[in-house]
Amino acid sequence: MDLRFTPDEIAFRDEVRAFMRAALPAPIRRKMVEARRLEKDDIVTWQRILNAKGWAVPHWPVAWGGTGWSPVKQYIFHEELQQAPAPDPLPFGVNMVGPVIIAFGSEAQKRHHLPRIANLDDWWCQGFSEPGAGSDLASLKTTARRDGDHYIVNGQKTWTTTAQYADWIFCLVRTDPAAKKQQGISFILVDMKTLGITVRPIRTIDGGREVNEVFFDDVRVPVENRVGEENRGWDYAKFLLGNERAGIARIGTSKARIRRLKEIAALERVGDKPLIEDERFRMKIAAVEVELKALEMTQLRVVAAARDRNEPDPASSILKIRGSEIQQAVSELLLEAIGPYALPQETHDDDRWNEPPIGPEWAGALAPHYFNWRMVSIYGGSNEIQKNIIAKAILGL
Amino acid sequence: MDFSLTDEQRLLKESVERLLADRYSFEARQRHMDEPTGWSRALWQSYAELGLLGLPYEEKHGGIGGGPVETMIVMEAFGRALALEPFFATVVLAGGLLRLGADETMRADLIPKIIRGDLLLAFAHTERQSRYDLADVATTAGRDGADYILEGAKSLVIHGDCADKLIVSARLAGARRDRDGLGLFVVDADAAGISRRAYPTVDGLRAAEVTLSGVRVGADGVLSEPGKAFPLIAKVVDAAIAALAAEAVGAMAAMHESTVEYLKTRKQFGVPIGNFQVLQHRAAEMLVALEEARSMAFFATMMAGEPDPTERRKATAAAKVQIGRSGRFVGQQAVQLHGGIGMTMEYKVGHYFKRVTMIDTMFGDADHQLAELARMGGLIADG
Repeated sequence: MDLRFTPDEIAFRDEVRAFMRAALPAPIRRKMVEARRLEKDDIVTWQRILNAKGWAVPHWPVAWGGTGWSPVKQYIFHEELQQAPAPDPLPFGVNMVGPVIIAFGSEAQKRHHLPRIANLDDWWCQGFSEPGAGSDLASLKTTARRDGDHYIVNGQKTWTTTAQYADWIFCLVRTDPAAKKQQGISFILVDMKTLGITVRPIRTIDGGREVNEVFFDDVRVPVENRVGEENRGWDYAKFLLGNERAGIARIGTSKARIRRLKEIAALERVGDKPLIEDERFRMKIAAVEVELKALEMTQLRVVAAARDRNEPDPASSILKIRGSEIQQAVSELLLEAIGPYALPQETHDDDRWNEPPIGPEWAGALAPHYFNWRMVSIYGGSNEIQKNIIAKAILGL
Repeated sequence: MDFSLTDEQRLLKESVERLLADRYSFEARQRHMDEPTGWSRALWQSYAELGLLGLPYEEKHGGIGGGPVETMIVMEAFGRALALEPFFATVVLAGGLLRLGADETMRADLIPKIIRGDLLLAFAHTERQSRYDLADVATTAGRDGADYILEGAKSLVIHGDCADKLIVSARLAGARRDRDGLGLFVVDADAAGISRRAYPTVDGLRAAEVTLSGVRVGADGVLSEPGKAFPLIAKVVDAAIAALAAEAVGAMAAMHESTVEYLKTRKQFGVPIGNFQVLQHRAAEMLVALEEARSMAFFATMMAGEPDPTERRKATAAAKVQIGRSGRFVGQQAVQLHGGIGMTMEYKVGHYFKRVTMIDTMFGDADHQLAELARMGGLIADG
């Protein structure tokens, strides 16, 4: 047992850190530090910087642009990226549909889509959830009826993050209405420009317009856009969700946010001293730091064990639960740190963009961030679903 | 970065676990507890034969030369077995002070006796007023020629009842809570002026209150530089916390396994109660708490040898916070999910619960450690 990284891994960490410092555009970094919403251009710009460096899709096979790094080096890379803090690559492409196409897609799908995902030439979104299919995803009702070389897709997807930017959507659709619910599902790729697709934004409590409803009305999708076999989509979806959980702990992000929290707590004053010197508040921060260290050590144990296994570890459900809870706890402390200046609602109306902020400049984004971050224990399989997975897959209950 | 054990460490783990599986069933433990010292002399000799009593000591003294990882392996196994023997008091705690603080003459004299199983030690440090402050020592060591005279009272001395020798902390100079001015002294437990009041602890161990009245210690009983003992005490206590963390993980793992097994076998309303989602989620939450504790026990173990005392202290404090919190949650829920049977002395799970609860109170509970960590600025440095 040895906690230390090898000299090779330390050199790698320093190289990644130096790259992040030099290559991350200052305006993007500033938004990340302040927990502000990123624009589409920010994400695209950063992804292309990574791709130019050859680091867009480290976990993919080398033939498709992967780096061949060990699990430990992949972990170090993400940790450094998040601590920079730099944007996480858009997950729908590089973490979700990309690996599914690599594992189950056709040669034509790989050749067309994978390079475009790596460079973010196409913005992808995820068509899984439906109004009646959330945690019970397999009860989805969107249908794909075969008509010659096409499927005719009808139905509705919801909670579709950034569908308003999307060039493509990957969807779970029902191709066999007679089969038992997990068995009649297929995994298809749909061009968002196809006739019959309507995107309607959903405003969330943080004021954002990130998620959408997506309606399909007789949308014609070529059969060649199906991934893998017909009616086996549920297997591919489980593969995708297992991969999704693995990166969800966001330890580097929480570290960066705790640093920010300490900065803000040093600036905010309670009576005649900085908030950071308040014993009670300092203990709350320390308590989250302990939880984060426990999560980090657990993540490292999973990463170290990944050398010996190829499928997602059910222990990644532990990472999802604790990672989301800790991110939320930090967002709570950030909210508490700014005290009453959580109150003003920032506006981005065209005629008011130039007005000075109300209250301290660091306060504006933190209440929306807090409200927005309630999502992290809901998406990616809610934390309650993760507990079901632990009970069944690990404990055998 | 590597969490795997070496072949030698795996062998150690297997042999300790085999010995305890053979000789430390819950029923056997009850019998060991009924022996006069409250633990098994026969097993103590078996530990000696297996090399466990020489685990952390140098080979030139007859030891194995193991490090914190070896101690962790043994302590986790002892935690699973709820072992009663004074391994922690003798080998880890008092033995740690000898190993890291004593001169070669004293080490060459005492360590081989520990390793053979012929010498039991206890660390007489805590006092009635000191709570969790390691520097709070009112017992005095006054000079008389070349000798020191110890005056004072020590409390909660784990295994102080059966110890052959005590390592006593005492103040040579300074105010009651100063870090400077402390010394460590090795005295025979039945030396003139020492009186001991033995008693059982709620977790099944034994301890003693120790009164020191005009106890004379010669130059050969002085352990480490007089007046400068605090850093040594702090270092050994951090290593001891890492060892206790491993013991707590063993106890928590046993409680969790027992609980999951119970959920699968206990039937109510015609089905195993593990069919109920509310209990499944509780068991899942217990696993999360256990794995976090295990992760932090690894962290404390691997930081026990950290040369920077501030970094070591922060890491150990963080681990103790996690151990305290996880231990409380896993222990309370293990009893809750077992229902009435978990409340009985006849059933093992309550005994694990008591042990992890007492581990939290040793060397600073979760709140104490968290406050200290917060005062030191926390774990995450400015970017």
